[in-house]
Amino acid sequence: MDIIGILNYLAGFVIMAGIYAVFALGLNVHWGFTGLFNIGIAGFFALGAYTAALLTASPPDPTLFEDFRFGGNWAAIGYLDWGIDLWFLLGLAAAAAVCAGVALVIGFVTLRLRDDYLAIATLGIAETVRLFFLNEKWAANGSKGLYRIPGFLEELVAPEYYDYLYLVVVAVALLILFVAVERAIKSPWGRALRAIREDETAAAASGKNVFMFKLQAFLLGAVIMGIGGALFAHHIRFVSPQTFDPLLATFVIWAMLMVGGSGNNRGAILGAFVVWGIWTGTQFLPEFLDPPAFRLFMIGALIVAVMLLRPGGILGEERRVMRAPRR
Amino acid sequence: MPNALQRIRQGVVRGVQQNWTPAHTVVAIVLIAIAVGLLPFVKMGLVVNGVFLGGIIALGAIGLTLIYGILNFANIAHGDYMTMGAYLTLFLMGNVLAGVGIEGKGLGPFTFGYPLLIALPIAVAAVAAGAIALDALVYRRLRNRGVNVVTLAMTSLGVAIAMRGLVHLLWGGDIQRYPRESRQVYHLLEGNQSLAVRIAPDAIFIGIAAVVLVAAVYYILNRTRMGKAMRATADNADLALASGIDTRRVVWWTWGIGAALAATAGILLAVFQANLTPIMGWKFLLPLFAALILGSIGNPYGALVGAFIIGVTSEVATQWINPSYKPAVAFAIMIGVLLVRPRGIFGGGGRD
Repeated sequence: MDIIGILNYLAGFVIMAGIYAVFALGLNVHWGFTGLFNIGIAGFFALGAYTAALLTASPPDPTLFEDFRFGGNWAAIGYLDWGIDLWFLLGLAAAAAVCAGVALVIGFVTLRLRDDYLAIATLGIAETVRLFFLNEKWAANGSKGLYRIPGFLEELVAPEYYDYLYLVVVAVALLILFVAVERAIKSPWGRALRAIREDETAAAASGKNVFMFKLQAFLLGAVIMGIGGALFAHHIRFVSPQTFDPLLATFVIWAMLMVGGSGNNRGAILGAFVVWGIWTGTQFLPEFLDPPAFRLFMIGALIVAVMLLRPGGILGEERRVMRAPRR
Repeated sequence: MPNALQRIRQGVVRGVQQNWTPAHTVVAIVLIAIAVGLLPFVKMGLVVNGVFLGGIIALGAIGLTLIYGILNFANIAHGDYMTMGAYLTLFLMGNVLAGVGIEGKGLGPFTFGYPLLIALPIAVAAVAAGAIALDALVYRRLRNRGVNVVTLAMTSLGVAIAMRGLVHLLWGGDIQRYPRESRQVYHLLEGNQSLAVRIAPDAIFIGIAAVVLVAAVYYILNRTRMGKAMRATADNADLALASGIDTRRVVWWTWGIGAALAATAGILLAVFQANLTPIMGWKFLLPLFAALILGSIGNPYGALVGAFIIGVTSEVATQWINPSYKPAVAFAIMIGVLLVRPRGIFGGGGRD
């Protein structure tokens, strides 16, 4: 591989790791700060990606797809007035809104109950979303998936350099989300979340509406995951129900957060890069180790090992001590 | 007259809790299932299928609810214990028993041969031992550290992923089968479209195995000292410890029984659907938890009843919706129950 090839490879790697870092941030809001056990990230991932794809992909060719009736035309309509790039931003917003809506329903039902009910409910949502997109061909072309999803500002650069532009887009999105989450967590609102995580009864006793705080945190995390899904769709340019396999869309994100340091936003981002590095590294494994199976085993073992040996992950949670009030 | 209704309900619940045995449950389930199947718009064949599926769900859900009640966390790896049991049986039959000349299929009316009956208890015992070892290696250390229950569930997610990866590594990701020989299915009431039933002989084996195991669990829980200790620990672990119950042994027994039931459920599922995949247990997780929540956490009888409700409903629902939505049906029932009775049908009112 020459130097250009290596650079291109690196750009692709950083884009994927950056998108995963967005998910790790979202999961950090759920698990790291609030203690919400979401094992259905794949559901929000898919909802975000499909929403963005349906809003921006080219209209389906009726001669090829008899069943597929929905989506696509939106971008064509908007193209006249605003250009396709605004649709990218609208797609991000719509992805966030759809995920927020689903999170609102699920959160409303389960967040008042035992903590671990949420796990089962999110698992159910992920499976239901997958089954929906797989079976309802009219909505999203079934197992064949949606393709020809446009990029953002595609006409600005030559296709072979587009990855570098998208790298900047992902980096900017990640930075904005990182700053937003950091600010939220450092605010009194974030303090209340951590209080709830540590001791729900005590938080309730000091007058916090535990349910509302949990619901808000669940929504915020889901919104971030939806944006991540949209970013993913515009990078891969193709979504299908198989894309959102629990391994790639849920488990690996858990491993990232646990390895990097749950409760630490920098840790979440670091974990995304480390685990994605290990993940892509396994493709160089010898054939007899059966890389896909080995990855699965490795991700699981990594989570258990972190829980046993280093519960804080690499970075661990920052201690946030209140500054002494100024006189 | 809400008062009278309430009293009747209370009486029924109390009667169920005090005098109920698996024999009652089985009779009740069969009667209710026949009643449902007799409805003109419900196909009897689907109801019967659902009852057998419910038997498999019940084995998984009873183990899950015991672990939930006594160790107080959701064992996300439970489905993968099922997978492990199914694959260990495959390994024992294909590699070990076949190696010493024990081979065969098509025993009597069944598709499988007698090697399955030899491999089943060995695989089940191995999974139970593995679950106890895993507790000593992983979960006990975390409990001693005093982590909260969601962290334990989180760890079991890691265990689930690792176990599935291990199955993948050892046996590959392709669909596999136990050695089987096609067998005639029994046809009943063929003339009537709504009542026609097809029963595979294998399903009868599954039904009998499920009933025997549920009876065994009932016996252990209600007639042995260990069962009493388990129920006491589920009620109040600190009090149980203070009154001299060896909670460590209780924990071992809980894992042993729970994992053994799960492994059996996995093997029966592999026979029922006539194939094995590494993801079979993970896919079964949703019905298991739906049954458990429906029947109230920690209540084995509730899990039994919940399992049959989930099994029958998701089968009958295929009359109107695409069969691949079965897990979504289980999920929808669960959400509905959480909305109306957050503690399940046997859990009393109020929110948990």
